[in-house]
Amino acid sequence: MAGTPIRVVLAKLGLDGHDRGLKVVARILRDAGMEVVYLGLRQTTDTIVDAVEQEDADVVGISMHNAGHLTLAPLIVCALAEAGLDDVPVVIGGIVPEEDRGELAAAGVAAVLGPGASAAEVVASVRAVLGADAPTS
Amino acid sequence: MRPRADDRAPAGLLAAARGGERRAAARLLTIVEHGGPAAEEVAEATHPLSGGAHVVGITGAPGSGKSTLVGVLATRLTEAGGRPAVVAVDPSSPLTGGAILGDRVRMEAATAAGAFIRSVATRGHGGGLALSVPGSVRVLDACGFDPIVVETVGVGQVEVDVAAAADTTVVVVTPGWGDAVQANKAGLLEVADLFVVNKDDRPGADDARRDLELMLDLSEVSGSAGDDRPAVLSTTATAGDGVDRVLAAVEDHHRRLAAGRGLVERRARRYDAEVRARLGHLLEDAVGHLLTGEPAGGRSSETPVAAARRLAGRLLAGGEHG
Repeated sequence: MAGTPIRVVLAKLGLDGHDRGLKVVARILRDAGMEVVYLGLRQTTDTIVDAVEQEDADVVGISMHNAGHLTLAPLIVCALAEAGLDDVPVVIGGIVPEEDRGELAAAGVAAVLGPGASAAEVVASVRAVLGADAPTS
Repeated sequence: MRPRADDRAPAGLLAAARGGERRAAARLLTIVEHGGPAAEEVAEATHPLSGGAHVVGITGAPGSGKSTLVGVLATRLTEAGGRPAVVAVDPSSPLTGGAILGDRVRMEAATAAGAFIRSVATRGHGGGLALSVPGSVRVLDACGFDPIVVETVGVGQVEVDVAAAADTTVVVVTPGWGDAVQANKAGLLEVADLFVVNKDDRPGADDARRDLELMLDLSEVSGSAGDDRPAVLSTTATAGDGVDRVLAAVEDHHRRLAAGRGLVERRARRYDAEVRARLGHLLEDAVGHLLTGEPAGGRSSETPVAAARRLAGRLLAGGEHG
């Protein structure tokens, strides 16, 4: 029997209108055989938690281009944990300075993808945070 | 499926889901979508608990506004104290199996209001729905959600599976979707219990309504019309205009079905359609199995039709032994 595709929730959190990158990532993950639940712009921690819960997502990807990552990324990690969804890894994509990565990791962010990430790196990163036993298609 | 921290057995999940735990309901839906023995266990457990919910199918062409309409319907239902659930289907890629499930984008208000929304990929199934949809509906029904709104993929003319999966079928069209000849072609328009002309603020909405009414007049002339002539309503879903009338019409249709034999007949039809779809799926697997033993390009002296007949003979003979 074929495995169940990896299910990914993709969103932008808060006031940040730059969704081009998120759309590109959605397409990359789709073409890698994943099911992308696309939430798009101006989501709140509540709408993301609701979607992760109802969609039984394996991983959640948040795109940030407004320099809010040090504030917002820990918020979504905490909100997921409060909802009992702390086994769903959070991947942050967007403009994140190198020196902030340690702080994000300490806050519970599973991976960070910068603007230079290739399609293969995006896919590999999602698979990696899910562990080696993740379904591939 | 990926092992999870939450690895409860289906019976435990169902008890939790019926107690209102949404993640347990979501896990059950994942099991049903995945298929296999655990899915059959869920089906066994939910089958006797289901049948209470009103199942509403929403279908129409891509971009006709189905998701937006469903979002407003679910919001209004939730605000009125109801517990609606939405199953929103989008297509899987036939090449990679991947999918972009984008219906939630149009349903933000419904999420905020507390409606339960599940995005589903077709995973290779045709007809506008996923094979798992009736099973998902059963889970949501057993968990106390009512009504359950099933939104199909954007369809063309012949994807009418939703009519056999729902109690009430709503077909959404938009201004400029086609003329009176389109309206009288066979297929999608024959299965509607209710028509919605969405994007009523666009030019051509009156023409669309007129063409549909004319088509319904001809159904009466030709004797193919049922007892209930489908209403043709107008909405501008993005503004919420006209949605209350759609909701009232959907609920009215359900009441009329329940008052007569309609609901019993539709439930029997839903059951038969699911058996047929499952049987087709099993046969497809068997056909795949059978073809693996065949030489590529076939036998030179045999026509493709003759080869198919020979293989069908083997398939049926095998079934008698098994």
